[in-house]
Amino acid sequence: MESWRAQPAVFWAFVLPGALWLLCFFIAPLALIWLLAFGERAGPVEIDITWTLANYAGVFDPVYIGLFGRSLWVATVATVLALVIGLPVALAISFAPARLKPLILLLIILPFWTNILIRTYAMIAVLRTKGFVNFGLEYIWQLGTVVLAPFGLDQAVMGERFVPLELLYNNTAVIFGIVYVYLPFMVLPLYATLDRLDRSLLEASLDLGAGQIRTFFSIIVPLARPGIVSGIILVFIPALGTFLISDLLGGTDSLLIGNVIERQFKAANNWPLGAAMSFVLLYVTFAVLALRAWVAGREGGLGKA
Amino acid sequence: MARREPIGPLDYTRRLWLRLWLLAVAVFLYAPIVILVVFSFNDSKRNIVWQGFTTDYYVKAAANASLIEAFTNSLVIALVSTVISTIVGALMALALWRFRFPGKPGLDGAVALPIVIPEICMGVALLVFFNRVGVSAAFGWPFSLLPIIIGHVAFSFPFVCVVVRARMAGFDRSLEEASKDLGASEWQTFWNVTVPFMKPGLIAGGLLAMTLSLDDFVITFFTAGPGTLTFPVQVYSMVRFGATPEVNAASTILIVVTVILTVIALRLQRPDKEAAKLA
Repeated sequence: MESWRAQPAVFWAFVLPGALWLLCFFIAPLALIWLLAFGERAGPVEIDITWTLANYAGVFDPVYIGLFGRSLWVATVATVLALVIGLPVALAISFAPARLKPLILLLIILPFWTNILIRTYAMIAVLRTKGFVNFGLEYIWQLGTVVLAPFGLDQAVMGERFVPLELLYNNTAVIFGIVYVYLPFMVLPLYATLDRLDRSLLEASLDLGAGQIRTFFSIIVPLARPGIVSGIILVFIPALGTFLISDLLGGTDSLLIGNVIERQFKAANNWPLGAAMSFVLLYVTFAVLALRAWVAGREGGLGKA
Repeated sequence: MARREPIGPLDYTRRLWLRLWLLAVAVFLYAPIVILVVFSFNDSKRNIVWQGFTTDYYVKAAANASLIEAFTNSLVIALVSTVISTIVGALMALALWRFRFPGKPGLDGAVALPIVIPEICMGVALLVFFNRVGVSAAFGWPFSLLPIIIGHVAFSFPFVCVVVRARMAGFDRSLEEASKDLGASEWQTFWNVTVPFMKPGLIAGGLLAMTLSLDDFVITFFTAGPGTLTFPVQVYSMVRFGATPEVNAASTILIVVTVILTVIALRLQRPDKEAAKLA
């Protein structure tokens, strides 16, 4: 690495396109809505920046606090589910024979190459009342009735009629959709750390008498912590801000903060309130990232000591 | 398979429960997409029960002028934003890899920011920004795509930067010195030594940028002007209107296009790998 003074012309040629793009089309737009959050609507399109705090106060309205609470809850449940589902998958890939590894990895990443809207739409056909999960359940129900009929138990056990489960348009569907869409984000960082794991540590643990389960929780999980933390962040942050998944799969009672922000900027046309909400969401995101940095820093310090 | 070895304590992948788990996750990930593709051939308006095979809905989708326009726009956006983000991202990666300069940690963090912040925040920020700056509407077609392209570059060039920088971390700078000692100019060295080494990173980064662009919904949704048709926004309004086989057909076409582009990109990458093996 050399000082930029050694070749200033080359340095500026490298750095300027990206820095300017970032400044003009990322920092400036964010700064603009940061300003808008302190504004008041002065007409259908005009907004005066009056440095009012009313918009931020509006965010702390009980209705919106409830929405934030639900968004945090939904994102947390979805992240935990993705971790529980993804960890064995990552483990299976990293311990797979070398020639199969890229193949299984591709299998996990491939759905990721499909547009998020299409994947969310695909979920509708699976979850709706006349969807495939309910078709499967109905089939099992019919099978059960036929098997139980000779014993006269069919009506007692299986009920009179098959009642399809209401799987779509509720919070469960939203959580399901988030896990479906963001699972690859969880598996990839987990795989990256598990693959670098020193196998001899696992062998030592097993040799010294720890069972598989104890080895998993005392050796694998602590060593995979950087990957677990990255995976959690990569799923939690987009889950917190999602609006498409809750828009298509959620019901009227499963609006998330992303939907409300979208509404302020489109249908409701209350940009200052939407801007304040966006920034509260951003501050929550930064808090999560700062927490991670703090945890990483503390662990690094402990490791050195 | 009589001569199979017993499952070792660390042969996790050979354990039955883990295999079943992997299979279940694969079904979970693929079944919805497979069902979507299969039902694009379903001869039924309500699209709930299989009625028979038909390609009618592809014919309908192909005759749907706004869908075709939306599709063309999305491909143009993907191609242009891929080229720009690959160049901008690679240059930024070279700057961060090669130089020491004041404010470097700040720039490093700022480049990572579009990757980590919620998409919706970036989406609404760009919506307000382009509403105030108003580049495009007056100039007509290719320019009406400009806000979307700009937005796509803004969120995908940081990914290219990460990928290219990771590639450059393995570069032996004495190769550059050797090239200069042997009389090559700064420019010749860059073009004949640095860039060829960087190439796999450029292809991987470009591929990632294109995938991100084709996958994106949120940024496109917020930056597309009222008169601009793009594929995700068009499909979104069709979905809101109701799940029809036509939506399935349109989605299937996008899936196929994405897969074909990816396969081409992977093919392009392959000779490079072989060259690396020979070297």
